Amino acid sequence: MFKSKPRWFGLGMQILAVVLALLFTSVILLMVKAQPLEAYKNIILGSVGSFKKFSDVLVAWIPLLLATSGLLVTFSAGLWNIGIEGQITMGAIFTTWVLRLLQDTTMPSALIIIMAFLAGMLGGALWASLVGLLKIYGSVNEIFGGLGMNFIATAMTIWLIFGPWKRPGVGSMSGTEPFREALWLPMVPGLRLSLWSLALAIAVVVVVFFLLKGTYFGLRLKAVGRNMRSAFHLGIPTSRYMLAAFLLCGAMAGLAGAVQVTGVYHRLIPSISSGYGFLGLLVAMLVNFQPLVAVPVSLFFAMLNIGSIQLPIVMKLDSTLSGVLQGALVLFVLLVDGARKVLLKKS
Amino acid sequence: MDQTLLFGLAGVLAAAAPILFAAIGETISERAGVTNLSANGTILLSAMAGFAVATSTNSLILGFLMGAAIGALVAFIVAFSSITLKQSQVAVGFVLALMCRDLSYFLGNSVMGLQGPTVPSMPIPLLQDIPVIGPIFFQHNLQVYASYLLIIVAYVWVFNTRGGLMLQAIGERPAAAYVRGANVNRLRYLYTMIGGALMGLAGPMYTLSVKAGWKGTITGLDGIGWIALAITIFGGWNPLRAALGAYLFALLQWLGIVLQPSMPNIPSQVLQVAPFPLMILTLLLVNIGNAEWVERWLASMPESVRRVFARVLRAMRTSPPAALGVPFEKE
Repeated sequence: MFKSKPRWFGLGMQILAVVLALLFTSVILLMVKAQPLEAYKNIILGSVGSFKKFSDVLVAWIPLLLATSGLLVTFSAGLWNIGIEGQITMGAIFTTWVLRLLQDTTMPSALIIIMAFLAGMLGGALWASLVGLLKIYGSVNEIFGGLGMNFIATAMTIWLIFGPWKRPGVGSMSGTEPFREALWLPMVPGLRLSLWSLALAIAVVVVVFFLLKGTYFGLRLKAVGRNMRSAFHLGIPTSRYMLAAFLLCGAMAGLAGAVQVTGVYHRLIPSISSGYGFLGLLVAMLVNFQPLVAVPVSLFFAMLNIGSIQLPIVMKLDSTLSGVLQGALVLFVLLVDGARKVLLKKS
Repeated sequence: MDQTLLFGLAGVLAAAAPILFAAIGETISERAGVTNLSANGTILLSAMAGFAVATSTNSLILGFLMGAAIGALVAFIVAFSSITLKQSQVAVGFVLALMCRDLSYFLGNSVMGLQGPTVPSMPIPLLQDIPVIGPIFFQHNLQVYASYLLIIVAYVWVFNTRGGLMLQAIGERPAAAYVRGANVNRLRYLYTMIGGALMGLAGPMYTLSVKAGWKGTITGLDGIGWIALAITIFGGWNPLRAALGAYLFALLQWLGIVLQPSMPNIPSQVLQVAPFPLMILTLLLVNIGNAEWVERWLASMPESVRRVFARVLRAMRTSPPAALGVPFEKE
C-alpha cells in the first residue's frame, strides 16, 4: 500500500519523528512542572531573539559544522570516530602551543596565526591517526580506542593548564593566560564572532561535499564503508583509506579546536571541545551522509544549544534540555526509519 | 598488615562493585549478540532516578528497583530498535548514552544536593574476624556481597548450565540455536534486558553508597559507563575476567589517589585517568592476536619463535561473539 508513494511516505515519517521527539521532550518538561510551550518559546527567543544572540549561535555553529564535516568522512568509511572530542582538544593544545612559542617573536601576527592553525590540524590528525593505527594494526575497536584517547586528551589539557602553562601565580580552571589581541582572529566588533572562522567552516563543508560526491577518492571511501571485504577484493587498499579518513577527520576536528582557541576563548580552557564532537556525531547520524543537509541541521542544533542557555535564567530549568531534545530527535528518526523499512518490506 | 592498606584494599572492592555489575550486565547482553552502548547514560539516569526515589520514599529497595527498571527499559529500546527494527545497535546505543545523560542532569536538578539514605554496613559475623581477609572482604554492605555473588552466578550460568549454553549459542551461531528450538529473538530481548537491569543497578549503587548523593554534573559518574564497556572487552566476554578488569581498574584509581602526595606537581585529574592508557594497552594486547599482519608476521618466523609467540597471543586473545551486532532472520 505504501509502495506507490514511498517518497511522500518517507517525508511524512520524518515529520512524525520530529513530532514524537517534541512530544517526548514536552512530557519531560511536564514532569518537572514546566510549561513546554514557554520553554520552547524561550529557546527560540534565546537563539534568534536578537542579533547578539544569533551571533552566539554562529559561534557555536562553526566548531559543530567543522566536526560534523570531518565525521561525514569517517562515517562514509564506516568508522565510528568517537575519539573526535579528543581530536578537537588536541587541535586546541597544538594551536596554543605554537601561539605560545611564537608570541614573543617578531614574526608577523598573521603568519603566527596561520602556523597555529596548521599545528591544530596536525594535532587533531595525529590524535586521530593513533586511533586509526590501533584499529588497523591492533584490531582495537575505534570506539574504545577513541574513548580512551578522549580521556587522555582532557587530562593533558588540565595538566598543561595547572602545570607548564599555568598563569603567573597559580593555575586555575579559567585556563591559560589570554593571548594578546594581535594573535586573535579578526573579530566582529562587540561580538565573540569571527567572520574568518565562519568562512573557514563553510569552505570546509563545501570541500567535504565535493570530496564525497565528486571524487574517485570519495567513491572508493564509500565502497570501503559499505562492504570492506568486497572493496578489498576490488583492489582498494582498505587500510590506507581508513587511515586517510581518520587523518582527514582529525585535521578538521583540529581546525575546530584551533578556532576555539584563536577565535573564541583566546586561550586554552579545560573543556575546550565543549562537547561539539559528540554533538557532531548526532548531526552526522541524522543527515545520512549528506554534507549539504548537515549545514541547516547543525545550525538548528547550535540554536538549541545557545537558546537553552536562557532556561536556567528565565525558568530555573537545567540547560541540558537541549541535549534531551537533540537526542530524542535522532532517536525517533532512527526508530521511525526502522519502522518505515519494516512496514515497506511487509507490504 | 598495615591498617591503611587493609582499609584501602577494602575500598577497592567496594568501588569496583558497581563497575562489576555494569560490566557483567554488558557481558551478558553481548553474549546474546546485542551491544548495549548506552551504558554511560543508563548508569547516570538510574543513579539519579534511584537516588530520587530512595530519597522521596526513604526506601533503599525502591531506589534499587527503580535503577534496575530504568536499565531494563533503556535496554528494551536498544533491543527493539536493533532486533525488531534492524537499526544499528551502535547508533541507537550512542544516542541513548548521550540523551540519558542529559536527561539525568535535567530531571535531577530538583534532587541535587539532598541528603538521601545510604546502604548500611553489614559485617558478616565470624568471617569478619579472620585476620587480613576479614577486613578486606567481609566488612562491607550488602551490595558488595551481592557483587561477589554476581560473579559466581553469572560465570556458572554462562558456562555450566543449559540456559547458558543457549545464551552462548544465540550470540555465536543463532541459526544453529534456532534449529535446536530456541526462540532466538525472544531470548535476545530477555538477555539484553537482564543485562540492562544489572547495569541499571550500578547507578543507585553509586548514589546510595559508593558516591552517596546526587550532585549533578559534579557527581563524578560521567565516564564510568564507557569504562564498563571497555572492561567487557578486556574481560573477553567472560564474567570472571570482567570482574578482574573491574578490580584492576578500581585498584589503579586508588593507587592514583594514594600516590598523589608523592607527586605534588601532577594534578589529581591526571592521575585519575591513569587507567585509560593502560586500558588501551590491554585492549591492544588482547586484540592484536586478531590482526592479520600478526598472523603473516608469525608465519615468516622460525618454528620455535612462532610457537612461543602464538601461545602467548592465544592466551591473551579474546574474540567477540561471532553474531554480535548481526540481526537474526529465520530464513
